[in-house]
Amino acid sequence: MIEGILIGLETAFSLKNLMMVMIGCFAGTIIGMLPGLGPMTAIALMIPITYGFEPSTGLILMAGVYYGAVFGGSTSSILINAPGIPGTVATSFDGYPMAQQGKAGKALAIAAYSSFAGGTIAAIFLLIAAPSLSKVSLAFRSPDYFGLMILGLTAVSAFSAKGHFLKAMMMVVLGLMLASVGQDTLSDIPRFTFQNMNLSDGISFVLVVMATFAMSEALTIIFKANDPTRVAKQISLSQLGSIKLDKTETKKMVTTIPRSSVLGFIIGVLPGAGSTIASFLAYGMERNFVNDEEKQKFGKGSVNGLAAPETANNAACSGSFVPLLTLGIPGSGTTAVMLGALLGFGIQPGPRLYQTNPEIFWSVIMSMYIGMVILLILNLPLIPYIARVLATPRTFLIPLILFFSVTGIYLMSFNNFDIYMMIGIAVVATILRLYDFPMPPLILAFVLGGLMEENLRRSLLISDGSWSFLWDRPLTVIIMLLIFLIIGWQVYGTFYKKKL
Amino acid sequence: MKISPSKIISLLFFIFSGFYLYTAHQIQVFTFDENAAFNAKTFPIYLGYAGLIFSALYVLLPETRPSNVDLTVLDYKKTITLVILMILYGLTILRVGYFLSTSIFLVLSYIVLGERKWLWIFLLSFPFVAIFMYLLHGLLNIYLRDPFLKFIGVMG
Repeated sequence: MIEGILIGLETAFSLKNLMMVMIGCFAGTIIGMLPGLGPMTAIALMIPITYGFEPSTGLILMAGVYYGAVFGGSTSSILINAPGIPGTVATSFDGYPMAQQGKAGKALAIAAYSSFAGGTIAAIFLLIAAPSLSKVSLAFRSPDYFGLMILGLTAVSAFSAKGHFLKAMMMVVLGLMLASVGQDTLSDIPRFTFQNMNLSDGISFVLVVMATFAMSEALTIIFKANDPTRVAKQISLSQLGSIKLDKTETKKMVTTIPRSSVLGFIIGVLPGAGSTIASFLAYGMERNFVNDEEKQKFGKGSVNGLAAPETANNAACSGSFVPLLTLGIPGSGTTAVMLGALLGFGIQPGPRLYQTNPEIFWSVIMSMYIGMVILLILNLPLIPYIARVLATPRTFLIPLILFFSVTGIYLMSFNNFDIYMMIGIAVVATILRLYDFPMPPLILAFVLGGLMEENLRRSLLISDGSWSFLWDRPLTVIIMLLIFLIIGWQVYGTFYKKKL
Repeated sequence: MKISPSKIISLLFFIFSGFYLYTAHQIQVFTFDENAAFNAKTFPIYLGYAGLIFSALYVLLPETRPSNVDLTVLDYKKTITLVILMILYGLTILRVGYFLSTSIFLVLSYIVLGERKWLWIFLLSFPFVAIFMYLLHGLLNIYLRDPFLKFIGVMG
């Protein structure tokens, strides 16, 4: 292993590869910051370029883009409440209210420090435990995965829309319904395509995320422009405020970061879970850890509420590389794109990768950490300047968001149908948002839909159609109990306490 | 009796779930798969029932946190105009080409939203799209079909 680490260090510290991490981080930050354009789009755009490089250099560039885009996504979540990726949705819960209170600089600094700390802790975990950690994921069977996904969806519904649990659950079902459009993965039977060829491959994730977040956010801003009760969405540079944190804020982060890192990393390792579930669970977990006074601040600009998802989502990003590199199973949509790139290089990820191609395995792990350092050194001092991208007047910003959304989809399919579908979904999402139907549960359900069906299929086939798989294994029982606990707590809160 | 908009949306979702469930039952599966523990329509059927249950619960149970939206302050005119502009943009992007349709969409959107700084309107439309296209087409090698630029001989 030591030899592998040294090979990785040598590869990662070559001038060319260091340049690639820097370029990747910078490009990723800019792309990730533009609402609707997340790491998946950024990495997808990089794939044609990386084919000209050696596999390790190409992967290092993509790792840089990945982390840069995640950080960039947090920036747009905080400043304009438009997360580039589902993983930074939880960041906006407290980051955006902080920005509205004139503490945007502080919120961005908390996000940067938390991301760095979460990434650092996760990179250490990854370095030490990567080979053996794959065994943890192997211990999870289909029923556990199925339960874990329901747990994630229930938790998101409970935490993302306080007091609107049923609305959130409806959005979960809608997300799963949208994910079921297209050919069935196993039998190739078309479902809900209505004999339209454009629907046979299903609805693209990028389309749904751009429609429900970027485009719908832009339309909502215009729709509510005259609402006097609505706090101005526009963030000006003078409102960014200081990026320095005081003692109390630092103290809060010191307690939040370690537990969110551990949670984020573990969730990231589990294939299919990814940074979105990690960030939401970390947000929910943190809410339960803090005292009542701090709990009241959640959703209104809490330091803990911002640091927890930011730490967890970066830790999960590192964690998601474990199943990708050791099992060949992507832990998230973004690592799925990276899996495609690896296969393009002729590399089959799996347990043998770090034996047959140690320079790739270890150099990617090393580059992740270098990427974190570069992000902190470059991005934090540059925050006031980078944020200028978002300080453009609303009259310019809204059309540009719409332009990037439409272009992003157009570049993926070169098809008018996808543009119309995106506009349609965006209009519906705008109306739903107006009446407090939350979008994050819809997105998460959409991402997990395919995996959830696959795991339910395996579970039911193994148990011969019986639902007993839900209580056959102790691990599944624990997960199911957690789900019932969340539902019970929601019912109690809604009908008895009436203050949640 | 006044029904809240959230309940109306839930009622629409109930109808939608019913339609989804009906369509799920119509999915054609292979004959040998019809009695299998799981086939292509199993998961959609569960989803249809879940949609019916959650929406029915919302319609029937009392609202603990009604959403108050003042419909009189919403800017329908600008929002609908922007949506129409996007539809027109989608309609022309393949026929006219990326450069012209995108630039015109941006110019019109800026104007609709009340922007009158003409220099910035120009800079953030035609030259901006040209640079963006160069990045995509020239550097990233992503082909963008553009009949207009082809017609005037700029693009091959």
